[in-house]
Amino acid sequence: MLKDITIGQYFPGNTLIHKLDPRVKIIITALFIVSLFFIKSFIPYLFIVAFILLVAKVAKIPIKYILKGIRPLMFIILITFLINIFMTKGEVLFEIGPLSVTKEGLYLAVFMALRLLFLITGTSLLTLTTSPISLTDGIEKLLSPFKKIGLPAHELAMMMTIALRFIPTLLEETDKIMKAQMARGADFESGNILSRAKNLVPLLVPLFINAFRRAEELATAMEARCYRGGDNRTRLNELKLNKTDIISLVSMFIFFGLIISSRYLLR
Amino acid sequence: MIMKIENLKFVYNPNTPFEQKALDNINLEIKEGEFIGLIGHTGSGKSTLVQHLNGLLKPTSGNIIIDGVNITEKDADLKAIRQKVGLVFQYPEHQLFEETIYKDIAFGPKNLGLKEDEVRERVKEAMELVGLNYEELKDRSPFELSGGQKRRVAIAGVLAMKPKILILDEPTAGLDPRGRDEILGEIQQLYEKEKITIILVSHSMEDIAKLVNRILVMHRGKIVIDGETREVFKKSKELEELGLGVPQITKFMMKLKERDKNIKDTVLTVEEAKVEILQYLRRKKNA
Ligand SMILES: Nc1ncnc2c1ncn2[C@@H]1O[C@H](COP(=O)(O)OP(=O)(O)OP(=O)(O)O)[C@@H](O)[C@H]1O
Ligand SMILES: [Mg+2]
Repeated sequence: MLKDITIGQYFPGNTLIHKLDPRVKIIITALFIVSLFFIKSFIPYLFIVAFILLVAKVAKIPIKYILKGIRPLMFIILITFLINIFMTKGEVLFEIGPLSVTKEGLYLAVFMALRLLFLITGTSLLTLTTSPISLTDGIEKLLSPFKKIGLPAHELAMMMTIALRFIPTLLEETDKIMKAQMARGADFESGNILSRAKNLVPLLVPLFINAFRRAEELATAMEARCYRGGDNRTRLNELKLNKTDIISLVSMFIFFGLIISSRYLLR
Repeated sequence: MIMKIENLKFVYNPNTPFEQKALDNINLEIKEGEFIGLIGHTGSGKSTLVQHLNGLLKPTSGNIIIDGVNITEKDADLKAIRQKVGLVFQYPEHQLFEETIYKDIAFGPKNLGLKEDEVRERVKEAMELVGLNYEELKDRSPFELSGGQKRRVAIAGVLAMKPKILILDEPTAGLDPRGRDEILGEIQQLYEKEKITIILVSHSMEDIAKLVNRILVMHRGKIVIDGETREVFKKSKELEELGLGVPQITKFMMKLKERDKNIKDTVLTVEEAKVEILQYLRRKKNA
């Protein structure tokens, strides 16, 4: 049920990839995304697949587990696939009723579906191998140069940390309240849209009340420990780039640089 | 036999790194009218077990038969089961949602499709059973009440469904000693008055010793001790190894017995201990 959502979930481990500096991983992920949009043919995709498989292997994450994360987004991939396959003009291969499938459409549909697939799996590798705390640490550090122009980097990162921290708690709570109301005969699974929405009241009211209560408690607890935002705040674990980080960063710049340039070279 | 559990196993999040075996081959028979204490350390699987008993969790393998119906079968009528087996969750006050106490308690009976008259009768009855004044409180918001009162409202919400088996998951967690004694007292009265089967989950022996007539001890997903209350306390060594121990007064009497074999140590309350000690002294004088 709710527990099947694995996107954004951390997969604990102690591998090279897990230990990489979060800033490096964020930058590599950004490179990965950019290069995906530069790819125009299937051959560079092979390298992308190799990259994903290699990272997964080193990080000891089962491929099956990564693929599970795609399931909730399968619908979007499917829609994109269908739109591309039927809406592209070109050389007609065959027709289904009023719709025609073209050679270009088929090519584009497969191409786009793969791009989405890689986009999801590639970015999920980041969240799977980086704990939410170090992820936000990395984001804060990367954003800190923009503090000068008034960007509240620390506050943004803190908000993200708290949000990420409470996702599992909220899911757990939802599960528990749902069960408690089901024990009193509530029904969340049948009926039309209107009655289903109405049936959600016994779930949503306690969920919100508890969330507000928790937020208040958290704010009090933070204040009681003298939290007052980012200025002059030091941290327990300073992020520091080590040799592995630098080597990974440089080699990935070269790797994705080649993939991006392949667009202009492979013609 | 109102309930029978056969080879029940349950695993949380199977086939993920978060896999967690929670129940391991549970076999159990419960007779109508029993008052059972289910006890065990944090994380021993108590809550997981009781959530199976009204079909909220589906076992990984095994059978649960309630009143002759196998509730693990695909086409089992879950609504009927949840009416028959009332489950009060840990911290049930966190599930209150209606504007008035009346409406909140009426939620269960209304889901059963009962008529308005019948619903009102049941709400009134349930409130009286947990010691809440119907006329005074029915139109107040449940959110203005104290913690202990909120909990009573939540328990009444389950009682109003008139279950044949009532399961309470740590009904006294987080209450002060007085609130705890009141709630336990009400559960005791309920048992005497309604003659229903009750399963009381707890991790304190003190709480359940006085009330229940059978104790099940869970440890790491297994039922390791199952027996009549006084029999179970004879195994104080085993209990201590499981981190549970026996009530202080029982322990005290055991110490006394170490000094003199003629004293009985199977007492559960201070009152019983007093009677036993007086009798013992009298016996000694006469001898
Ligand atoms: N929703 C869940 N997802 C994954 N694991 C769970 C879940 N609920 C419980 N567990 C695990 O199952 C085991 C049994 O938990 P359970 O809640 O049944 O224990 P309990 O005996 O009720 O403990 P407590 O006295 O703390 O309430 C624990 O190891 C727990 O971590
Ligand atoms: Mg529990």
